[in-house]
Amino acid sequence: MSRLATWGNELYAGKKSYPFVQKWKTWFAVALILLAVAAGITALRGGFNMGIDFRGGSEFTVSGVENTDPVIGEEAVTEVISEAEATATNIAGGTIRVQTTELSDEQTLEVAENLQQGYNVTAEDVTSNFVGPTWGQAVSEQMFIGLIVFLVLVSLYLAIYFRTWKMSAAAIVGLLYVVMLTVGIYGAVGFEVTPPAIIGFLLILSYSLYDTVVVFDKIRENTQNLAEDRQRTFDELVNLAVNQTLVRSITTSVVGILPVGSILFIGAGLLGAGTLRDISLSIFVGIIVGTVATLFIQAPLYALFRKSEDDLQARDERILRRRGTDAEQEIENESTESAASQ
Amino acid sequence: MASKTPQSRARRSLAWLTAILVGLGIILGIGIATNNSNGVPLLALDLEGGTQMVLSPETSTGEAVTSDQMSQAVEIIRQRVDGSGVSEAEINTQGDNNVVVSMPGSPDEQTRQLIQASANMEFRSVITSGPFTAVPEEERTDVSDVPEPDAEPEHGSDPNWITPELYEEFQSTDCTASDANQIRENLPADEAIVACDFDTGSKYILGPLEISGDQIDSADHGMSQTPTGVSASSWVVNIAFEDEGAESFREVTQRLTGMNPPQNQFAILLDGQIVSAPASQAVITDGRAQISGDFNEESAAQLAEQLEYGALPISFEVESEQQISATLGQDQLFWGLVAGLIGLGLVAIYQFFQYRALGLVTLSSIVIMGLLTYLSIVLLGWSDNYRLSLAGIAGIIVSIGLTADSFIVYFERIKDEMRNGRPIESAVNYGWDRAKRTITVSKLVNVLAAVVLYFVAVGNVRGFAFTLGLTSIADLIVVFLFTHPVMKLLATTKFFAGGHPMSGMDPSLLGQKPLYQGAGRVREFRPDDAVAPKRGKKNTRSSKEAQKRQTIAERRAAERAEVLQTTTSSDQKPAREDS
Repeated sequence: MSRLATWGNELYAGKKSYPFVQKWKTWFAVALILLAVAAGITALRGGFNMGIDFRGGSEFTVSGVENTDPVIGEEAVTEVISEAEATATNIAGGTIRVQTTELSDEQTLEVAENLQQGYNVTAEDVTSNFVGPTWGQAVSEQMFIGLIVFLVLVSLYLAIYFRTWKMSAAAIVGLLYVVMLTVGIYGAVGFEVTPPAIIGFLLILSYSLYDTVVVFDKIRENTQNLAEDRQRTFDELVNLAVNQTLVRSITTSVVGILPVGSILFIGAGLLGAGTLRDISLSIFVGIIVGTVATLFIQAPLYALFRKSEDDLQARDERILRRRGTDAEQEIENESTESAASQ
Repeated sequence: MASKTPQSRARRSLAWLTAILVGLGIILGIGIATNNSNGVPLLALDLEGGTQMVLSPETSTGEAVTSDQMSQAVEIIRQRVDGSGVSEAEINTQGDNNVVVSMPGSPDEQTRQLIQASANMEFRSVITSGPFTAVPEEERTDVSDVPEPDAEPEHGSDPNWITPELYEEFQSTDCTASDANQIRENLPADEAIVACDFDTGSKYILGPLEISGDQIDSADHGMSQTPTGVSASSWVVNIAFEDEGAESFREVTQRLTGMNPPQNQFAILLDGQIVSAPASQAVITDGRAQISGDFNEESAAQLAEQLEYGALPISFEVESEQQISATLGQDQLFWGLVAGLIGLGLVAIYQFFQYRALGLVTLSSIVIMGLLTYLSIVLLGWSDNYRLSLAGIAGIIVSIGLTADSFIVYFERIKDEMRNGRPIESAVNYGWDRAKRTITVSKLVNVLAAVVLYFVAVGNVRGFAFTLGLTSIADLIVVFLFTHPVMKLLATTKFFAGGHPMSGMDPSLLGQKPLYQGAGRVREFRPDDAVAPKRGKKNTRSSKEAQKRQTIAERRAAERAEVLQTTTSSDQKPAREDS
């Protein structure tokens, strides 16, 4: 703890500082490359692995199976419709999942019966899920509408709260990036996109925003009295805020990830695919991406948005000129200088 | 040094929290005592096991379904499912045009068909009526004594429709029997039938189908009007037929009007049950009839709705169907709870690692939030039939992290203030002032997300959104009414105010010793202090007030001096003293 505390103290004072804002070009380049790589791999894979709730089809989960031969599951489907394409996978110990696309509601029930006999389990052990083709589309549309409505409301809310559209815009752009990258990672790794995963994506929005609000609050606080501060440029003030909230950002992600990780571990490890795994997986990925994005994208973006403001430019120039003329003051000594500032 | 006010305010907050918890507890106690609640949350289908079907309406004509017709459809599905003996089925509309049917177990073939089938509305003429209950066996006319019809029936009211078998059925039908109000599908269109009228307590033999429901153009209800156009004080149902129906209705009323009761009556059946059996009082030539009788506004509206619904028979397409076994649900519930406990445990360990004794504050805050959430969910289960789903449980577990986050924001703010040199008590107050805004705004974002998710989402997403919103609100309550008041009280204890190493608020670790140690004493600054390297700079920081009063030249000189010092020895800091 003491080392963490020391580190936290140094970050707070500006003695130790990571160039989140100053090196924005590097971070943005890395961010874009990551996004491009994720999109590229997703494209190579032939797009997203959409779950049956979006594609439509039937899915069966048979639990408590002793003989986990997938052929039994596939035959259970072909017995009902010979030309149907079925894939059976052993998703967790003793659990078989069978997916197929071309069944009707009634046929779904027949297959469930076949599976029960084939795997020698009781009706209690077979879970079936039938999704009609139009329903999947309706679900996708709703999710999309949800995302748009949320983004619009949040933009308004943030613009009102921060009283500057630039912060709001930086937050929203960062948010979009978080969603895109998380979705990209999902596509690249080939995780199945299911409604619970989408719930996760939407939660990431709110989580990531939470993170951004905390950091932006600090930025606002640091840049409130620009006239009084003569030591730091605007970029440096923003960067100081990011550094000052760094411990919190990390702690928050850790604390956020711990419970999510435990659901993920249990969901994926013991229960196999399902609501728990899908929700936690997307949140797990999203929390990490969200935290990192706040530090490396949203904060620098805000600084960038305000760079063009004339009075800020003039102010920065004044400060830099003074530093240049001051022989004893080196720009690298930024941290020491900060000691007397604020 | 603290005045009495902040502490008594803190105690008042805690009292409020206790009042909320006790209040919810008492309400729950009443629920348990009156057998309305069993003290545990209601479980959704994915945890309890059962079948959930999402249905979308389909009309034979492809017409759009109005929301009135939808709610009528839901009502009819509900009656059908209840009538089929499935208990505890839940039928709701979702969005504009989906119906969600949830029921325990898996429905049999017949129930499934009933749910999907379109309602069948028929108009039939009354041939004869009889008592509501079955005729006692000894009083019945023997089948062999009933004459076979002596001629082919000429019209819908012709007694020649009555065969001995039908008459036997008529005599033995007991409308008070429990299965009498079941849905009857596929009534023969060209045969007479026996039907019960539950409203008037009569039993009828009805002739063959005269007019089917799709011939109805529209129906509404209103006050009856006298011929001069003045509203009378009784409720009536107006019905208008389409062309073909109007012609059939003219024929029927022409025949019925003037016949002897009950043969002047016709019956309107929905799903084989009589919804109304009015007598024809005039020949209706234009297809616009008025049904008057013992209506109040509600019953008139209901009949009008039923007629409207009959006008557009809706059948249902299964959009999605999930059958989840009870054992799998139990498994998921169990492991979900285990995951929650593990998550909570990990967060607790991490918090102890980082905040020492303050971790206890976090943990107890989370426990109280959990208690609030639990009580709310149980009570909502009681009042609004809210059911906890697996996604909902995931929402609660995820909220552990989100909740802990508010405390982290708060604690870090307190630490920041202490780094600025404030003693813990004022650091708590200043830190709170800044943290509470951040926390509120962030939580409101969560609530916003939850509300948006809840209203646009379908299916189990809603369960997640609901718990997310609920826990965000619970979190706000806990932060304001528990965590902050407790922090205020703790800050006055020796353990925390003295900066005990285990308190998590050890000023030396924050590079700071409280300059102001209460009771007007100010700590002497000693350069050789063990924590000098960390503290020195903060010291200058804390002296910013004094610094602001310096002239620019003075300040810059001081800065230069400081730079020189740090470059020569990072351990040695200029001794500064608060003035």
